[in-house]
Amino acid sequence: MSARSTSSIFDPALIRPAILDSFKKLNPRVQWRSPVMFVVLIGAIWTSAITIFHFSSFNFQITLWLWFTLLFANFAEAMAEGRGKAQAETLRRMRTTTMARRLQNGREEKIPASALKKGDTVVCEAGDIIPGDGEVIEGIASVDESAITGESAPVIRESGGDRSAVTGGTRVLSDRIVVRITSEQGNTFIDRMIALVEGARRQKTPNEIALSILLVSLTALFILAVFTLPAFAHYSESAAGQTNAVNVSIPVLVSLLVCLIPTTIGGLLSAIGISGIDRLVRQNVLATSGRAVEAAGDIDVLLLDKTGTITMGNRMAVAFHVAPDVDEGYLAGASQLSSLADETPEGRSIVVLAKEKFGLRAREMHELEATFVPFTAQTRMSGIDLHANGAQPTISIRKGAAQSIQSFIESGGGVFPQAVTKAVDEISRRGATPLVVAEDRQALGVIELKDIVKGGIKERFAQLRKMGIRTVMITGDNPLTAGAIAAESGVDDFMAQATPEDKLRRIRSEQAEGRLIAMTGDGTNDAPALAQADVGVAMNTGTQAAREAGNMVDLDSNPTKLIQIVEIGKQLLMTRGALTTFSIANDVAKYFAILPAMFGSLYLAKGAAAGPLAALNIMRLHSPESAILSAVIFNALIIVALIPLALAGVKYRAVGAAQILIRNLFIYGVGGLIAPFIGIKLIDLALVALHLA
Amino acid sequence: MNARDFGQLSLFIAGLLAVTPPLGRFMARVFAGERHFLSRILGPIERSIYKLSDVDPRHEMSWKAYAIAMLIFNIAGGAVLLAMELTQQWLPFNPQHLPNVPFALAFNTAISFMTNTNWQAYSGENTMSYFTQMAGLAVHNFVSAATGMAVAVALARGLVRKQASGIGNFWADLTRCTLYVLLPLSILITVLLAQQGVVQTFDSYPTATTLEGASQQIPLGPVASQIAIKQLGTNGGGFLGQNSAHPFENPTPLTNFIEMFVIFSLGSALVYMFGVMARDRRQGWAIWVAMFVLFLAGFATLWWAELQPNPALGLTTSSLEGKEVRFGQFNSALFATVTTDASCGAVNMMHDSLSPLGGLIPLTNMKLGEVIFGGVGAGFYGMLMYVLLTVFIAGLMVGRTPEYLGKKIEAREVTWAVIAVLAPAVVILCGSAFTMMYPAALKSLNNGGPHGLSEVVYAFASAAANNGSAFAGINANTDWYNYLLAINMFVGRFAIIVPVLAIAGSLAQKKTSPPSSGTFPTNGPVFTVLLISVVLIVGALTFFPVLSLGPVVEHFLMQAGRTF
Repeated sequence: MSARSTSSIFDPALIRPAILDSFKKLNPRVQWRSPVMFVVLIGAIWTSAITIFHFSSFNFQITLWLWFTLLFANFAEAMAEGRGKAQAETLRRMRTTTMARRLQNGREEKIPASALKKGDTVVCEAGDIIPGDGEVIEGIASVDESAITGESAPVIRESGGDRSAVTGGTRVLSDRIVVRITSEQGNTFIDRMIALVEGARRQKTPNEIALSILLVSLTALFILAVFTLPAFAHYSESAAGQTNAVNVSIPVLVSLLVCLIPTTIGGLLSAIGISGIDRLVRQNVLATSGRAVEAAGDIDVLLLDKTGTITMGNRMAVAFHVAPDVDEGYLAGASQLSSLADETPEGRSIVVLAKEKFGLRAREMHELEATFVPFTAQTRMSGIDLHANGAQPTISIRKGAAQSIQSFIESGGGVFPQAVTKAVDEISRRGATPLVVAEDRQALGVIELKDIVKGGIKERFAQLRKMGIRTVMITGDNPLTAGAIAAESGVDDFMAQATPEDKLRRIRSEQAEGRLIAMTGDGTNDAPALAQADVGVAMNTGTQAAREAGNMVDLDSNPTKLIQIVEIGKQLLMTRGALTTFSIANDVAKYFAILPAMFGSLYLAKGAAAGPLAALNIMRLHSPESAILSAVIFNALIIVALIPLALAGVKYRAVGAAQILIRNLFIYGVGGLIAPFIGIKLIDLALVALHLA
Repeated sequence: MNARDFGQLSLFIAGLLAVTPPLGRFMARVFAGERHFLSRILGPIERSIYKLSDVDPRHEMSWKAYAIAMLIFNIAGGAVLLAMELTQQWLPFNPQHLPNVPFALAFNTAISFMTNTNWQAYSGENTMSYFTQMAGLAVHNFVSAATGMAVAVALARGLVRKQASGIGNFWADLTRCTLYVLLPLSILITVLLAQQGVVQTFDSYPTATTLEGASQQIPLGPVASQIAIKQLGTNGGGFLGQNSAHPFENPTPLTNFIEMFVIFSLGSALVYMFGVMARDRRQGWAIWVAMFVLFLAGFATLWWAELQPNPALGLTTSSLEGKEVRFGQFNSALFATVTTDASCGAVNMMHDSLSPLGGLIPLTNMKLGEVIFGGVGAGFYGMLMYVLLTVFIAGLMVGRTPEYLGKKIEAREVTWAVIAVLAPAVVILCGSAFTMMYPAALKSLNNGGPHGLSEVVYAFASAAANNGSAFAGINANTDWYNYLLAINMFVGRFAIIVPVLAIAGSLAQKKTSPPSSGTFPTNGPVFTVLLISVVLIVGALTFFPVLSLGPVVEHFLMQAGRTF
């Protein structure tokens, strides 16, 4: 997708529509969604009316800057939305309007894709656009999914297994598949994607709601504090025996109010949320809700599949270890036979090793009159049954984890040799994977498969540990193998011989202890665990069931992405907290600008130039008007100044919470106290220089 | 400033540090219903109270049930007190034949004692009979204090329990607090005070002939027993109008020390108790240190301000006007700080006579919500509301949903916490603003200029914070003040307690996520500093304009030598 490549914050192509949107968003119904800014809108309208009837340069400038405050906040939101909109456009264009070839009672009929219902089956051949989300139930095809993933290399989609999901709007490049439609029109993957990036159905996330409540309460309190002020001021005036010594005109009160209420965070809050999701989209991850993104920041435990995440993915066969009285060549032959139909990379590597070591050529399955016994999670074995030359009984060759083969042999009355157990343990201790090969209840020996741990993964886990996140490696390997890889890769914990049910149990027990869990998965049997996890990232290459169960989909199907997802979630929360702190800390300086301006000539002594409260004018601002204006202008400009931060997020570092806190407190807390003193003073100097006040 | 003052201050701090842990541990046992050294003696009484009132102390209440029990108990108690005041002339123990209390004043007083405020728009010796004082006011001194502590314990339970539906049993908490904590300590303090010369008698007022030959009635009464709970329960309602400035209420330097000390004792121990309950004492200490720093800073400012000369009076030395000469600058300043840090309101000097910046401290203490050790219970739960806000605002900055003790702080908690923090501010601002606009109400002021404004704001702050002390220059016994302040006291009490209980209930139900290096640590110095900043910024931001028109401008005017 072309829009995804624009990574700069201010894409010139986005600025123009954003400016236009800033004005459109002045609509009170839009402003109402952010009560803080709604108060500014009321204030702006009020001062506008006053300026019309009592024109003064001061009133006019205040009014102008109040409107700018609103526009700046709108601009931030429009900019954040802009990129999503551009992406939605691209997606919409590819949303199919073509015809679908529906299979009705074995006959093909052409109907518009929009008329498709859940459960319909359609045929797609090379060149066809797949009319809706679904599952391949027949055939295999290469599919171009670049429209949604941005990845130009075609992917294989086939019936059964974990690569059966297809997405509406993608194109079949070769072969023919039959697809059962799994989602209604209007609720397809692409529809959801559009809704997400456009923010059209954006709902406030739980934390955003909580923060909004705090901001609204502070706003209400400041309204009260500001509008009770005339009562105290008038009393003071009469106590001082003065008249008109205090300026509590509406433009001044509104200025004070707008400066005190948390407009900085109030104006940027929605932009922060939208750009958080946008950052995720740019990582090629789609979240079904903003809630999931927020939850990602809270993750305590990452369940990581070993394969593909921690190791390079493919284990390679590196050696044959024979059982006593077995010829190595015979073992290699049996291993090869058992792996012929095994299309996994491991299986293929066994065939390759057998060929390299003993020159054994691959044989065709039908020549051998063999039946392939596929791997299942329950038996945890695969293999082959040979009926060659009418052999009776058939010869059955199995390969699998030591435990499964042992029980396979022992259940048939065989004996599992001590030497094999020893070899298995040794291989496991090395961190390699032993696969035991058996022929008719007799162990022939062990194939050693080696896992290659990804470079840099250990450092990554160390970082996660500093962030307070534990990593748990999930693997089907036996505990010894798993332990060795766990030690090599530096994960905190591992689950060996894990079935999908184990995973689900682990997630539940961690959650019962109050932890939040993230995991990735692609298979149908991962679906329950994906649904149970707080953040479940489904691989795009996975099954439809997995994609439906998770609350995020990684279009790149890269399990390591989980770590980035957590970082994006944390960044989102940090940005909100930092800007809230900044916003509140700003108020101190604004008081020192506005209060002396309002009360500076109260209790003025005869012949004195200024009243006692002028002493609070520690910034030495030029005049009451320039002081109030400077504060209002600062308040407006700081929103613009912080848009890049809101869109890009506070910089995240993988260090402990205590360090992050101190750093952010210093920048946004202490910085928030000091910055406005400097900013307001500079604006005051500029106003005087420009003769504006 | 001299060595003796510093010695006293050190003794005060050392004493506080010494009693806090044992008292905190003891209270943790009491409220958990565990055995302790008093259960053998008083246990049978506790059990018979439950039997008589048909209460099962093990029955866990939801927060709503807890809140309803608390409200019914308080409102019923307030109604009884009101009835007592309105009929005291026909009731026993009234040797002075004091008349029935007028309704507005009786109403104000009933709310005042029910809410642990003890704002007194009257002088006890010429308004309240011995019966009203002992059976009405003193009883409320106990139960209002026990209510506050019960709520504090309920909140602590909410924070430390995991996925629980209940937050304790109000009746059991109330009984245990009164029976095991308040009564034994009060008896101990009464004996100490009586030994030092605080009067304790049912006699009618004797008449003395003064040196000038005039005859003077000398008010007496069962004072010592009431003073003990007045200080211990941070009630502050004196038996006599002059409160702890009166030689019969506070005769010696030792009684003065005891009276200041006990104000802080329970508030301080409650924070420690929280650490015990949380199984992490450092959680308690982090809050304790924040309170202590705020106390010390306030005291230092007030003391310093009182030692400054007053140019408006042409004084080159500090002023003792309004202070007891026998207590001097140091003990007056310390008492004024302590009594407004906590929601006590007992006074040993006229706060009205404090220098402008000195008076700013009690005013600020009350406006922060009296969370510096605070009222018994009220200080703890008030501070916990600030803690939740701190955790919420700053906790986000570590990139997680804010948590406190592993409990996620979400929309519900934030909503209730802001209500609890903001409700007092709303009634203070509204009450004092309306008063400033109502000329008849301004006639009550004895002072013009900014000091008059301070007096009004002080009255409303004192009521809303359930303090009860006054900038005495205001005649508050008018319908306007009696009713308006009663509203402030009620809101300032229950608009905090109900949200606190709601938070307790909501948190109790939540899971507790175990701490990790990614969670925001709330038991260290960074958190303490942060908490202090949030208390000061959030608490004071609202009042900055009003304070600048009161004490701040008055200070500048005093420097310029202007008076009103």
